[in-house]
Amino acid sequence: MSSKTITSSLYDWVDERLGLSELAAFARHKTVPVHAQSFWYYWGGISLFLFLVQCFTGVLLLVYYRPGAEAYESVRQITFVMHFGWLIRSAHAWAANLFIFSILVHMFSVYFMKAYRKPREFGWLSGMALLGIASVFGFSGYLLPMDELSYFATKVGLEIPAAIPFIGPAIANMLRGGPEVGEFTVQRFFALHVVVLPALFLPLLGFHLWLVQRHGNAAPPSIEALPAAGRKSTPFMPNFLRKDLAMWLISLNVLALLASVFPWTLGKQADSLVPAPAGIHPEWYFMSPFEMLKLLGNVLPGESGEIAGLLLFTLGIVLWIFIPFYDIDKPSGQRGRAAHYFGLIAVFALLATTVIGYWTIR
Amino acid sequence: MNDQVVLVQDGNLAGSSEDPGEVRTRRFFLAAAGAAGLLYTAALAYPIYRYLASPEEMALSATAVTEVTLKDAQKLPLGSVLMFKFGTAPAMLIHHADGRWIALSAVCTHLGCTVQYEPQADRIHCACHGGVYNAYTGANVSGPPPKPLKLFKVAVSDTSVEVSRA
Repeated sequence: MSSKTITSSLYDWVDERLGLSELAAFARHKTVPVHAQSFWYYWGGISLFLFLVQCFTGVLLLVYYRPGAEAYESVRQITFVMHFGWLIRSAHAWAANLFIFSILVHMFSVYFMKAYRKPREFGWLSGMALLGIASVFGFSGYLLPMDELSYFATKVGLEIPAAIPFIGPAIANMLRGGPEVGEFTVQRFFALHVVVLPALFLPLLGFHLWLVQRHGNAAPPSIEALPAAGRKSTPFMPNFLRKDLAMWLISLNVLALLASVFPWTLGKQADSLVPAPAGIHPEWYFMSPFEMLKLLGNVLPGESGEIAGLLLFTLGIVLWIFIPFYDIDKPSGQRGRAAHYFGLIAVFALLATTVIGYWTIR
Repeated sequence: MNDQVVLVQDGNLAGSSEDPGEVRTRRFFLAAAGAAGLLYTAALAYPIYRYLASPEEMALSATAVTEVTLKDAQKLPLGSVLMFKFGTAPAMLIHHADGRWIALSAVCTHLGCTVQYEPQADRIHCACHGGVYNAYTGANVSGPPPKPLKLFKVAVSDTSVEVSRA
């Protein structure tokens, strides 16, 4: 038997049991719409790539990281003693920031293309859940080095659940593992960060990606409205996949550049007796809600401002999550402007409060 | 309906004419892409390998140790043993009943278990597979060990015991 017939009979053997040819046929027929906004289709794939980078670098950090009382010492060891430990840690932290950025771009592009409309409601909902988990990933990962910044970020961040009426303080104590941020907090945040959150995130991500295969990429309503002959598309295999992988390569280069030229720093060890350093501020992706609460606090001082802020946030988030159910495709061909303006206001509010937040750092 | 959608193919994958110049360009492209891929793999694999190998390198400098000073070990009673680390590996200092000082490696030469000094039998025994060594010379007496335990030099002073490579 020649090697060719051996390969083909091996393929047939596996195919008969796993149905590879069905998958191959599916991949051959998969197409991606081509239009002026096609660029935004890459951002889901970029997010996936950055997530994979974090899984990989995360496992490498796990090799030397020790939660609990030794947390700071082990991160110091990773950063300054182990060969290239600084690079692995820097890549993990930078990938996390780029990941949050790319899922936000992905979310807004889906929003403005109205890609959440029927039949893609579950894609939107699972995406929102993934975003929620990603922000908890960011918050829990931030504490793990146990330096000054992580200590105060966690202290301040846990004031948000603590502000929930009646049950808030109990929730905050449960998350913190006691009344103060300390070794018990870092131990449970670690369990959350490396076991609980991945266990929730991965199946949800699988569902999210499966939906994309099931329904394909959504084109903006203006393109969908065109007659079939006026719509263009490109085969996924190999044309779009090739470009997708090129974007992954660009992302890898950007990440490598940022991680090596701007290595992630490690502050002084957390100490509850040392006052918060001047100019301390939340990470950029938490800056906007932080600033909104501060601005509301100026208008409505005290507890009423806090409660009003939380209510307003909750309302905004609920409206955002349930957009597929009230911005539905109208047969009359109306474009659903209300949702469009709501989105623009959201983008403007996020950007403006972020800028104000950075502007007013003392 | 989807069948009517216009398919945009970039490149001329299907039905390209195979003129020799084009084949050479393609070959060059593939070689360059392969080389770039190898470079990327190396650039990623090297730091990861060094990162994971860090403890090994640290241990390497520790095994370069040629002598260990055991403070206050001169007070060790007759017929007893002190376990200590020579570099990274376990070792034992025995103060025999007749007053002789013996220091040996405590790693069984069979499969690497840590051996034990038994004062009643005045022998060194490995619990893993029943290897027995002479407690004065380190010679393998019975059981599976293929080689004797390595003997160290011992120098006793008023304040410490110094163990060094023989």
